[in-house]
Amino acid sequence: MAQDIRETRDTRTTFGPAHQMTAPTAELLRQLVAHLRQNRTQLREEWARRITEAKLLTAMTKEEIFAEATSVYDNYVEALETGTFEALQAYARNLSERIIPRGVETHEVVGIVLLLRDVLARSLFAKYQNDFALLNRILDAYEPAANRIANTVAVGFVQERERVIREQQEAIRVLSTPVLQVRERLLILPIIGVIDPQRARQLTEQLLRGIRTNRAKVVVIDITGVPVMDANVANNLVQTVEATRLLGATVIITGLSPEIAQTLVTIGVDLGKMNTVGDLQGGIEEAERLLGYKVVTFAESSPDHARQ
Amino acid sequence: MDAERNPFGAAASADPAAGNGRDRVLEEIAVRIDGDTDIVSARQKGRVLAATLGFSSSELTLIATAISELARNIVLYAKQGEIVLRVLERGDQRGVMVRAHDQGPGIPDIRRALQGGFSTSRSLGLGLPGVRRLMDEFEIESRIGQGTTVTARKWKR
Amino acid sequence: MEVPILKQGPYLIASIQSALSDADLVQLRDKLVEQVGRLRSRGVIVDVTALDVMDSFATRTLRDITFMIRLRGAETVIVGIQPDVAFTMVQLGLKLEGVPTALDLEEGIAFLSKKDSSPAKEASPSGR
Repeated sequence: MAQDIRETRDTRTTFGPAHQMTAPTAELLRQLVAHLRQNRTQLREEWARRITEAKLLTAMTKEEIFAEATSVYDNYVEALETGTFEALQAYARNLSERIIPRGVETHEVVGIVLLLRDVLARSLFAKYQNDFALLNRILDAYEPAANRIANTVAVGFVQERERVIREQQEAIRVLSTPVLQVRERLLILPIIGVIDPQRARQLTEQLLRGIRTNRAKVVVIDITGVPVMDANVANNLVQTVEATRLLGATVIITGLSPEIAQTLVTIGVDLGKMNTVGDLQGGIEEAERLLGYKVVTFAESSPDHARQ
Repeated sequence: MDAERNPFGAAASADPAAGNGRDRVLEEIAVRIDGDTDIVSARQKGRVLAATLGFSSSELTLIATAISELARNIVLYAKQGEIVLRVLERGDQRGVMVRAHDQGPGIPDIRRALQGGFSTSRSLGLGLPGVRRLMDEFEIESRIGQGTTVTARKWKR
Repeated sequence: MEVPILKQGPYLIASIQSALSDADLVQLRDKLVEQVGRLRSRGVIVDVTALDVMDSFATRTLRDITFMIRLRGAETVIVGIQPDVAFTMVQLGLKLEGVPTALDLEEGIAFLSKKDSSPAKEASPSGR
């Protein structure tokens, strides 16, 4: 019953191999490719020179720029010849992976591809300057392909960058919800910033694991640093409290601002089941009471009582 | 109208039994459901299959639990049926699909069967609202006297 | 797969070893409800550490066990619910309301003995 219903040809990445086009266009592209092959060394050097001149890819050495320029050039010509972009796409992704950590920016990548387009167009002008009609037709064949190539490389870079950013956001998220053990069997989870569903899920998972590894009995969740709370976030909070209970621990929520308190009551979140205490300090005292520690206030802690 | 489409499913396909046109099937396992011990083996197979995609352990638990609920519905209401588990590819996303199919009495009121908020664990006793919450996509098709097909998918984030 | 039930002083400990079918769960329920009276136990601990899935049926059966045993005059505590399982349960809306829970066997025993020493009071901090 297994089926494969994927389109056989992905129209976004191909403009059709040369032999599928109208004969004149195909012939022109063949001429073009031949020209770019013959002048490979000179055009490649010209391009590398222009890159340096335009102060692009400054994070890379001259040798590196030349090596990458060669690869891009060859992939570029191949894409023109075959009309398929898989190899170029793969190369663009691979290149992006290598240069993103070195701080190469999107405008630089777009810039170098546009420069190559310019270098090649100029060489076509030079070659066909005596036959304006032919030049026009050559450019007609070249333009769409060149544009698509520029797109492919730029999109590949941006996608890779987005992937890197997503990874970094993930890492920041993990760091931004630290589960702290303040004393035996007591955890504190200070939440700072906006809670979206994904973060809420992550936070709950981290907390539940923390409870198990630390054998915690009481958890204080401090939401002083949470600016807003809507129905979804409130529901997530209730779920966190319920899941904690299932593990056998108790949650104390502290730092509910007047605004959030109003929101919760207005949207009808059942606060009756939630153990809330005004501030973190009070929450920790309440937690210690639950854990069976005797809380001694400052006034009481005179030498007479300290030994109790 | 005795067949009703779930208005909440994120994905709509003309024929849910044929699979979504956008999805490529990379792997498929079918598990016969004839009794309550099959519920356990269906969810264990589903967990193993989903693990090959690199789902987190909490996501694996969500998927296994959804399979358990769907398989139990088959046992409770149709006595027998089948759970089909697939690894899917849609664009650059991968995920698992769980399809529960039976030729039982069908669900008379799908809308009602899908009701039930966070607080009601009872609803109609069909754990369908729960399954819908656990998975990313959910579709149901049921015909009185002919049977029920529930399809749910979860994508790897 | 039968669940072994151990008698430990005044308590019964049911330690689930692997995934259970619905029939296994029902059998566990019947055995516990029977034995708690016969052995005059004051408390029951059901250890679910080994369960990687607790669906609606398992949850309902555990709740039934707790309420039936309460009617037989003893207290039950469910111990060892895994983080992933708890996370899934709340998303399904399965909260085990009215069923005491504890982190592990040790905590479960501590809960029951505390309950024993103050029988008039609801002692569970987490058993709402």
